[in-house]
Amino acid sequence: MSFTINELCTNCWACEPLCPNQAIYEAKPHFLIDSRRCNECEGDYPDPQCASICPIEGAILDSSGQMLNPPGSLTGIPPEKMSMNKI
Amino acid sequence: MTDSIGFGHHQHACTTNNCTTPLAENIREQVQNHPCYSEQAHHYFARMHVAVAPACNIQCHYCNRKYDCANESRPGVVSELLTPDQAVKKVLVVSSEIPQMSVVGIAGPSDPLANPEKTFATFKELAEKAPDLKLCLSTNGLNLPQYVDQIAQYNINHVTITINCVDPVIGAKIYPWIFWQNRRIKGIKAAEILIEQQQKGLEMLLERQILVKVNSVMIPGINDQHLAEVSKIVKAKGAFLHNIMPLLAKPEHGTFYGLTGQRSPTDSELSALQDSCEGEMKMMRHCRQCRADAVGMLGEDRNQDFTLEKIESATVDYQAAMQKRITVQAQITAQMTEKKEQQPHYVQFIPLTSIKRGLTKQKFVHRPILMAVATKGDNLVNEHFGHAKEFLIYEASHTGVRFLRHVKTDLYCHGDDSCGEGETALQRTIHALTGCEVILCARIGYGPWEALVAAGIQPNNDHPYEPIEEAVEKVYKEMIIAGKLDEPLQQQLGA
Ligand code: SF4
Ligand code: SF4
Repeated sequence: MSFTINELCTNCWACEPLCPNQAIYEAKPHFLIDSRRCNECEGDYPDPQCASICPIEGAILDSSGQMLNPPGSLTGIPPEKMSMNKI
Repeated sequence: MTDSIGFGHHQHACTTNNCTTPLAENIREQVQNHPCYSEQAHHYFARMHVAVAPACNIQCHYCNRKYDCANESRPGVVSELLTPDQAVKKVLVVSSEIPQMSVVGIAGPSDPLANPEKTFATFKELAEKAPDLKLCLSTNGLNLPQYVDQIAQYNINHVTITINCVDPVIGAKIYPWIFWQNRRIKGIKAAEILIEQQQKGLEMLLERQILVKVNSVMIPGINDQHLAEVSKIVKAKGAFLHNIMPLLAKPEHGTFYGLTGQRSPTDSELSALQDSCEGEMKMMRHCRQCRADAVGMLGEDRNQDFTLEKIESATVDYQAAMQKRITVQAQITAQMTEKKEQQPHYVQFIPLTSIKRGLTKQKFVHRPILMAVATKGDNLVNEHFGHAKEFLIYEASHTGVRFLRHVKTDLYCHGDDSCGEGETALQRTIHALTGCEVILCARIGYGPWEALVAAGIQPNNDHPYEPIEEAVEKVYKEMIIAGKLDEPLQQQLGA
């Protein structure tokens, strides 16, 4: 059981110091989670730490590949307005 | 208005009940060489920001956390993230090449106190290697109470807190979430915690004699009515400056406000709010909303001159560089003092707001007018109209000359949305100068001259290289003599 970080990650460093298991590490082109270390914060915190601070919708996925922070859930921007937001 | 921060010196000249509290002498000394806090110093001293803090612990609706573009100089957005070692080296190199450097700040790109190790490692080394530089820090305030003691320990004497509200209902419309005690918290509860921490942090800094400036972003329809109250509260607690900045929100920024059509305030809405809060506290009208890695004098950014390769290969004699800064800056301070003594009459003015409220008995006075000035620094009218990237807007009235704001000509159109794509650069400039009746510059071409006259703005290049306030006052007096300002007061207060 492990989360993963995908290419949407902006390398903001917010998650790295929070992980209770030092599972998150800086890598190119983006941060990664060591699947052998990540326990989804079970037993450490009620909420998984990385997914609770990550500001980027869709950057962290659960073990089944689902986005932990789907589009609109953090910014409040209605998904239909996001087409202008191509970065 | 040429006083160093606008209110240390002219308490004797204060003629209305809008008088600001005189600053304690120690505060005046601490800010007099600070380009961001001192209206006069910003013409002479330089500042730099280093970006070592990439992480944030809150989300604001005017920020897009994905944005990182080298062409964009939107406030708070940076491209060059440094390690603490690189940042220290950069400060030492830059401040040896620019001896006017007096202030080094860590403002982001995100929240310095959400990156405490990186932030304090940088400050610690700077305090050792360049103890003459003033250090400052900007924060959203969420983690402030926790780090106040460390801030005091590293000799950081200025902290800026961005406070957009003191009401959680308003806060919930500005901040969608915060990260607090290992959870992401949303809605009114999040705003409540943030506001509580900001206010607590503010009080704790002041207890420790650390200067606090408060920044607020003016968001029409959200907190514009509310900011007067914020101003009152932070002043009562002892913040020494309140800086109200306009929201910048365009769809291409990709922010919540940009994409949902939230508009920015117009220049006149911003000025009106600054005027109404000015009685409460001095406003920082010359603020340029710098990038978090800006380098140089206010209004300029020489960051491109100092690439990482250049910095890493440079060698600096720290001691010699510091000595040079101390000598150069002492000269500047002496010159500033001299100028101040030569022009005592400029420090007297009645804020425009009090005139509007009818506190002035005179029925017919010469109306105040706005003049734009093209300058590249040193407080002189010394820029060619066509080369100006920004203009400083001054108000001249029967009570004196005062600086109001700067207007950028190249990066953003200010005010309403009527400036379309098809406009030329000259038309955009003219649009940006709406409300000004005179433009002072060192030189100007024939074409722009004609276009300005047609738009009702009189170009004037009769005062090249003269000190700005002197030139503005001279032109104002010439206009009075020419009978151009003989209208009753009430007809032009809408301007
Ligand atoms: S879920 Fe928890 S353990 Fe796994 S990477 Fe994120 S912070 Fe670390
Ligand atoms: S918090 Fe999100 S965006 Fe930031 S480094 Fe971690 S995964 Fe990447």
